[in-house]
Amino acid sequence: MNRIAILLGVLGIVALLAPFAGPFVILLLAHILVLGIVAMSVDLLLGYTGLPSLGQAAYLGVGAYLTAILATKFGVGLGWDFWLVIALGMAAGAATAAFFGLFAIRASGVYFLMITLALGMCVWGLAYRWNSLTGGDNGINMRGRPSFAGMRLADDLTFFYLVLAFFIASFFALHLLVSSPFGKSLVGIRERELRMRILGYNTWLHKYIAFVIAGAFGGLAGVLWAHLNGIVSPSDVLLPASVDVLLMVVLGGPGTLAGGLIGAGVVVFLRDYLATVVPWWQYVLGTVYVLTILYMPSGIMGLFKGGKA
Amino acid sequence: MDAKFWLIQIFNGVSYGALLFLLASGLTLIFGVMRIVNLSHGAYFLLGGYVALTVIKASGSWLLAIPIAALAVAAIGLVMERIFLRPLGFDPLRQVLLTVGFAFLFQQAALDIWGGDNLIIQPPPTLSHSVVVGGLHLPIYRIFMIALAAAIGLALWFAMERTRIGAMVRATVDDAEMARGVGIDTSRVSMFIFALGAFLAALGGVIGGAFLGVYPGLDFEVLPVAFAVVIIGGMGSLAGAAVGSMLVGLADNFGKALFPEVAYFSLYAPMVLILAMKPTGLLGRE
Repeated sequence: MNRIAILLGVLGIVALLAPFAGPFVILLLAHILVLGIVAMSVDLLLGYTGLPSLGQAAYLGVGAYLTAILATKFGVGLGWDFWLVIALGMAAGAATAAFFGLFAIRASGVYFLMITLALGMCVWGLAYRWNSLTGGDNGINMRGRPSFAGMRLADDLTFFYLVLAFFIASFFALHLLVSSPFGKSLVGIRERELRMRILGYNTWLHKYIAFVIAGAFGGLAGVLWAHLNGIVSPSDVLLPASVDVLLMVVLGGPGTLAGGLIGAGVVVFLRDYLATVVPWWQYVLGTVYVLTILYMPSGIMGLFKGGKA
Repeated sequence: MDAKFWLIQIFNGVSYGALLFLLASGLTLIFGVMRIVNLSHGAYFLLGGYVALTVIKASGSWLLAIPIAALAVAAIGLVMERIFLRPLGFDPLRQVLLTVGFAFLFQQAALDIWGGDNLIIQPPPTLSHSVVVGGLHLPIYRIFMIALAAAIGLALWFAMERTRIGAMVRATVDDAEMARGVGIDTSRVSMFIFALGAFLAALGGVIGGAFLGVYPGLDFEVLPVAFAVVIIGGMGSLAGAAVGSMLVGLADNFGKALFPEVAYFSLYAPMVLILAMKPTGLLGRE
């Protein structure tokens, strides 16, 4: 409970200060929040269920491409129907995960890493090559953000508040999920799957449902991602994108949900801010990876007392 | 689409597969012996190409560049294994993130040293011609790639199946604990295999530099393809890597020629299916 209060306090302060921040900072914050949603979805898999997904960018990609294609080809999702696209994006992410999960959930350990990598590459391959639908290497340029009920999302600050609202809603939804009996049995599977199976739990189904839910949140993040950047391209779904999300979770602290946001903050700061300042930023990113693995097995949240759930 | 088209596509696919074999054989050996999912393998490939370019620039000798590049990268791999990977123990997730961290470090270092241009490794003129066989123009360089991969494959097979070191490696693959029990220094075997894997990847980078080029980002482009080869063939199996690289080389070529819109999908979808149905790959052992 305490940690939730801190998280909300920090987000509240950020929300209050945001109007005084420059446009670049607001975009950075929005990036952090969107990737924070993806990181939380990975945390549900990695931190709570023990499934290291190496292809989570795929669901973000599905949501983002869906949004871009609906907006540019059909003019859908630029008014009130933005909420329809949100629902469709989540459904598409969930449906993709439901299909992929049929293959992936059978595998475990290293094979789960490999199969999620391969599934992610399938999505990348389609995004990269299916020119008529996805614009190939160039991706799809959006034509402005939605506006409805007097809210113009083209204004970065307004859009930031919307993203913040989505982040908080996602956090509470996922928090509710991991606190529920279902969430507790996921932790049981993480700790000892065999025992859970002997106790009569259908562990395959539990993992499958967690996988689908994670896909839905990936899809949600994708819709926001498309509108945030105004462009969707294959590099959004490429392997480094998926690996980055895994790092965010491990860096922030697996099994904490909020840790993913901290990890997202670090990675976005390096990739989107430091990269604009110094040419050698990638040394810092690589070093963060190496040091996290060597010295921070339970992440930044683990540095605080009782960090691990 | 006549017979000529098919023959040329098969030839191109097989020669691309030969290059993939160099890249993937090391990856599969590393996985088999150490259970390490090495995501910096693509970086070894790229570094091999870059070091070779420097050697060629300094000495003018393409032939000299091959062993120097491969050995230099093998040394990098050796240091990485000893200092960072060995203490980590067996934890796939942390290995993945650690090796990705190194891949990013290598990427930046390569960019700082060699710049961001798309470079090409020019093979010697004798290999730059093509021969005409039955009305087909076949570049000698591609024939050379196939021959080299076949030679390396045979040498690896011989070393693994017929020598004492090979027996030690196989024992470590099958049961590391048991191997330690009978006095095999598995830590040293791991070191040797990791360096050998880096050596082979860098060799692939030099050879591939003539027709893929050498440029930033190549590392993460070839890496998933190498994993596709390893998975389809079976992780840890040399014969599997040979079969897998031929299948992937051909699938890639025919995919791009016949169904360009789903070319990469047609590469990774089989990888998914094999992982789901037979996670040990076509020729892998339990």
